[in-house]
Amino acid sequence: MSLRIQVRYFASLREALGAGEVLHVPAGTTVGALRDQLVAQGGEHARCLARGRAVRSALDQAMADDGAPLRDGAEVAFFPPVTGG
Amino acid sequence: MSSLARGAVTIQQADFDLGAEVAALRDADGQAGAVASFVGIVRDRNDGTTVSAMELEHYPGMTERAIDGMVAEARRRFEIRGVRVIHRVGALRPGDQIVLVAVTSAHRHDAFQACEFLMDYLKTQAPFWKKETTPDGARWVDARVADDAALARWGLQMDNAG
Repeated sequence: MSLRIQVRYFASLREALGAGEVLHVPAGTTVGALRDQLVAQGGEHARCLARGRAVRSALDQAMADDGAPLRDGAEVAFFPPVTGG
Repeated sequence: MSSLARGAVTIQQADFDLGAEVAALRDADGQAGAVASFVGIVRDRNDGTTVSAMELEHYPGMTERAIDGMVAEARRRFEIRGVRVIHRVGALRPGDQIVLVAVTSAHRHDAFQACEFLMDYLKTQAPFWKKETTPDGARWVDARVADDAALARWGLQMDNAG
């Protein structure tokens, strides 16, 4: 069974990759594995989401670590470190 | 009605009136003996360069949820009564107000503490991003490790910049 994931990007990632995209990933995929899958696409995805770049992630609108498991219909966001206040 | 009930957190493009917000907190609660407030302002210089304009982006939905969680955590840690948080988004200019945090409590100590706690928390964990216009063009503002350290003082290790 595959999971339908809504991916969203913000700030510099949004400028490079667009506002978001829908992906289908295998059950058991985590936030970190989703990022690796996006990096594997190459191009701007590989450049912006590469390991070693400061990228934060959120799962269903809450900050999430790489190990967080995805569910069908989840919303995953990738963005640079936040700079509000 | 408590300030939480009328909506403690607002994300908006419009400016805000510190006096009106403090008055609303005060008028809603006769037991509030202290109000501490913080207002953040757009500076005209950053990292040695002139800043002529700033654009603030946020993650609608997550932002409100994140700050609601921070307010709940502040209520667990401090004896506070009313809370008001306003964060502006969109186009801002130097001198403009960006953020307001105001907290009431029976006595000053908890209001001071909670106000600083909420700002430290918001700086590193609320999804906002600043893009500033300089003579060399527009650039995204870098997160600061010092802000992570400020949150760590409260016993919260949640790295953002680092």
